[in-house]
Amino acid sequence: MSTGIEHYLSDFEQLENDDWFSENRQSALDVFKESGFPNARLEDWKYTDVRPIKKKKFSSVNKTPVSMRADEIDALRFQGLDCIDLVFINGVFAKEYSNIEPLEEGLIIENMQDALAKDKDFLANHLAKYADDNSSPFTALNTAFIQNGAFINVSPDVVIEKPVNILYLSKTNGSPLATHPRNLIVVGENAEMTVIESYIGHGQANYFTNAVTEATLSANAHLKHYKIQQESLNAYHIGNLIALQSRDSNLESHSISLGGALVRNDIHGKLAAEGAQIVMNGLYMTDNKQHVDNHTRVDHLKPHTSSTENYRGILNGKSRAVFNGKVVVHKNAQKIEAHQNNANLLLSNDAEIDTKPELEIYADDVKCSHGATVGQLDQKMLFYLRSRAIDEQTARSLLTYAFADELISSIGLGPIRHQLEQLIIGQLPEATLIREFTHE
Amino acid sequence: MLNIQNLHAKIGGKEILKGLNLSVNAGEVHAIMGPNGSGKSTLANVLAGRDGCDVSKGTVTYDGQDLLKLTPEERAWAGLFLAFQYPVEIPGVNNVYLLKAAVNAVRKYRGEAELDAVEFLALIKKKMKIVKMQEELLNRSVNEGFSGGEKKRNEIFQMSILEPKLAILDETDSGLDIDALKIVAEGVNSLCNEARSIILVTHYQRLLDYIKPDHVHVLSGGKIIKSGGSDLALELEKKGYDWIKEEVA
Amino acid sequence: MTMTNHTDNVADLVRKEYEHGFFTDIETDTVAPGLSEATIALISKKKEEPTWLLEWRLKAYRHWLTMADPNWTQLNIDPIDYQAISYYSAPKSKDDKLKSIDEVDPKLLETYEKLGIPLQEQMILAGVAVDAVFDSVSVATTFKEKLADAGVIFCSFSEAVKEHPALVKKYLGSVVPAADNFFAALNSAVFTDGSFVYIPKGVRCPMELSTYFRINASNTGQFERTLIIADEASHVSYLEGCTAPMRDENQLHAAVVELVALTDAQIKYATVQNWYPGDENGVGGIYNFVTKRGDCRGDNAKISWTQVETGSAITWKYPSCILKGDNTVGEFYSVAVTNNYQQADTGTKMIHIGKNTRSTIISKGISARHAQQSYRGLVKISKNADNARNHTQCDSLLMGDQCGAHTFPYIEAKNSTATVEHEATTAKISEEQLFYCRQRGIKEEDAINMIVNGFCREVFKELPMEFAVEAQKLLGVTLEGAVG
Repeated sequence: MSTGIEHYLSDFEQLENDDWFSENRQSALDVFKESGFPNARLEDWKYTDVRPIKKKKFSSVNKTPVSMRADEIDALRFQGLDCIDLVFINGVFAKEYSNIEPLEEGLIIENMQDALAKDKDFLANHLAKYADDNSSPFTALNTAFIQNGAFINVSPDVVIEKPVNILYLSKTNGSPLATHPRNLIVVGENAEMTVIESYIGHGQANYFTNAVTEATLSANAHLKHYKIQQESLNAYHIGNLIALQSRDSNLESHSISLGGALVRNDIHGKLAAEGAQIVMNGLYMTDNKQHVDNHTRVDHLKPHTSSTENYRGILNGKSRAVFNGKVVVHKNAQKIEAHQNNANLLLSNDAEIDTKPELEIYADDVKCSHGATVGQLDQKMLFYLRSRAIDEQTARSLLTYAFADELISSIGLGPIRHQLEQLIIGQLPEATLIREFTHE
Repeated sequence: MLNIQNLHAKIGGKEILKGLNLSVNAGEVHAIMGPNGSGKSTLANVLAGRDGCDVSKGTVTYDGQDLLKLTPEERAWAGLFLAFQYPVEIPGVNNVYLLKAAVNAVRKYRGEAELDAVEFLALIKKKMKIVKMQEELLNRSVNEGFSGGEKKRNEIFQMSILEPKLAILDETDSGLDIDALKIVAEGVNSLCNEARSIILVTHYQRLLDYIKPDHVHVLSGGKIIKSGGSDLALELEKKGYDWIKEEVA
Repeated sequence: MTMTNHTDNVADLVRKEYEHGFFTDIETDTVAPGLSEATIALISKKKEEPTWLLEWRLKAYRHWLTMADPNWTQLNIDPIDYQAISYYSAPKSKDDKLKSIDEVDPKLLETYEKLGIPLQEQMILAGVAVDAVFDSVSVATTFKEKLADAGVIFCSFSEAVKEHPALVKKYLGSVVPAADNFFAALNSAVFTDGSFVYIPKGVRCPMELSTYFRINASNTGQFERTLIIADEASHVSYLEGCTAPMRDENQLHAAVVELVALTDAQIKYATVQNWYPGDENGVGGIYNFVTKRGDCRGDNAKISWTQVETGSAITWKYPSCILKGDNTVGEFYSVAVTNNYQQADTGTKMIHIGKNTRSTIISKGISARHAQQSYRGLVKISKNADNARNHTQCDSLLMGDQCGAHTFPYIEAKNSTATVEHEATTAKISEEQLFYCRQRGIKEEDAINMIVNGFCREVFKELPMEFAVEAQKLLGVTLEGAVG
């Protein structure tokens, strides 16, 4: 057994674990017990040291619920976005702030705890069937603590216009908390929907979010998934999204990382039938001593599948970012198109980027490409702006914003795009001036 | 020279050519015109032996042999040349090198001695003038970074060097401005002689202002539905294709 | 047969063999399999090495004992029994050699034929006993004189230890430390011979140096060690290997190459590696585990690696550059071809330390049939490497649906004024390109060759002319029948 995990084991003992899922929780805990926290000798964790998480005694048992005022919460919702809201505070479902009812026909949205009680037969076929506990100790840890989270199920042929916004708010008082949100998204044949996961931390709160989302897309299903991570600058965030895609299904994933002291995002798309497509966009902006690690993986398991990936990073201060994008084309998966790009802007001499785009190809009729760049703002553009009387600081901010906006502008939902643009501008110097230059 | 009987061909399971007949004698220039999707390019590709064009019925005799039995390179050795609609780029392969390999492959087949570098260069210099080919294009990779017009000119240049018996020009005129079109047409005209047959596949009558065909054929729905002299092209230009379709129907 | 500095004629050469005794002495010709401090001491003694070198070897060995076999991520390798290897196999004496060309594997001869290698050389390469009358001796002698006039030292490693101990002591292990990695440590402990080059200050080496001559003359064996030092403002171009496949029973080749370029110096190092790849079922073949590294130690130095890798069952090598001085330049141009069951894991490391350092990486990989190939590279921009620039282009060409091509580039950047660009593509030869060539009368096989050579052109143009021509032919031979 590994060390540094004892308190998770004792917290597990306090967990209500007497339902039909208890054996799964136990075996996941055993996996975690066996592996312990990952270390830098593992290729997947080469650049990300999780010892700070290991050292801090985060409690997975939420004994003292905190309350938040309604206006406090409203300020964190997307302005002008007509959506279905699920609110979790410190990992616990807050029904009173959520906005689910009335549900459209063909749509089920529940807190995981309720779903476990109500939909045993359905969940038994899906929950923990897509995420592999052996793929990461954190995923195993999450499975062991499954209790809260969003369960979303769209029936075949149902198109849900309203996005579902899952808000995970953290505001700790007292001992540092670990939460293990677990989401399950099941999209039926020909069904379409949009899901937003928002992680927001309050002030300087110190906590650990260990989230896992499983998604399964049936034939011709369409899912747009947004993850917007604005954890507090003292928070640790580990997130894992796993999607299994059937024939002709389409997943669009946008991952925006702005907050957190130590962040690791994993996104894994499994293109398991012909015609499946995945688009992965990501933006990370880091400053101070932040450490943000984005790992993506696409498995092209069948012929005629395609993936497009575009990740961008802006690094400032003494921050460090990691990008690892892996594209695997499996044997006999012919007629594949896979394109991947990672571009990074280093704004400070103390920042560091480690990027590794990988291609692993076991078929021959493929068109695959990847690219990675590390650089700084284009001197010619900078000079041009300055010669047009824009001061250097503003010109820099403007070009930095433009770099980020190339990604953000691909976001289809206006209110989200607008809010993200404002968030990004807010992180740049000369924010007010920049707002004048941008149209929205 | 070329005799096509009741040709049926499929691409990806879909029948494109549906019983096409065409006969071309030595020294003749034929124009094959037709609306988009009528099967013009398919015909050109079937004659050149492209994979994926499956002939399900019919015969094609070329110079007394069964053309359909030959591989693409065997057809080229036998003097069949296709000027591509979209000439492909081959990075790293020098234009001149490709040509030299091609010329010598043909010469070898004919039992002629292969050209050495000096002889070949002399040949190139002579032919370059015909299509006003810039020298710098020659030393680049095959078609890489060429403009649309340059690619088409390169095709005619290759044709002038390979001196085919039967040349099929697949929409060589499309996308060209009038100056480039004139250059290409002059190139083609200079290559016309009593032993060489040319099939011009085109969508526009414009090319035929510069190259006078002996016969004009209208291809529609995978068949030749009308044939005539060069005045047929003018009529098409004025009235479009629909009147013929109606006439035939 | 070793080639010493003053060997003027063949008779001397032959006599020397006897002089050293152990070349034909059965008892001492080959040390019994197994590795221990005693083995190393024996090697050192046979080579009449100074004590410091023996100590250096033993230190490397003791460290090696603490190291684990590398964890192969992308390679399938049968475990190697290091105790079953004989660590000292002196150059083959006539007794070991094949008696006549008839004993040589006809397939090997067929390949030589295709590459247009003269019969005399064919026999030498295949290990047929050729009475010491081959041309390279006289060639070697004349060019040795020419080099000596320029002050260039080019000799076997053993000879350098004897004749130029100060230089060896100063630079040996200064680029690849004895404990660098598992195979480098093993090599440091047991290396038998190799090449040594020193170019004095301001000297432009009057000719391309090549191991070709030396390899013909002496089989340097499986643990080769090469050390090249280019003193200030000197230039040298070095060619390693030969284009013909070597008949060789050795399974494991663990070589180390160290390059040192001082201020304003330039080293160009080209390799064409065509060791025995095993048969079409993946039986046999060389394990080629090589550590190659160059150190641009002074400002404005430049090191350029060019490699064409077509042989070996398994290739594992990452010729690298440490760009220590300001304005230094590192280059890596590589073509790797794998066919049948060959595996290659190759690439480079560019470590930018000085300011205004630049590196270029161009890697072209071709995989056919069941072969697996990986590009693995690291571009590291250290904190003080202001204005460092890197451009990487890595393309893979696939032939056949059972092969694999993988790309693992690592980029670590710690300086905000650095620019790093990595691009990679993977595709097969397009049907359109093939059809175009065939329509122009070029046979499918020739068309494939033409397209493949075009794909590799950026790398071939870095090779000296004759080498490039041979490399092209070699590609054709290696990929013969891979498609169709």
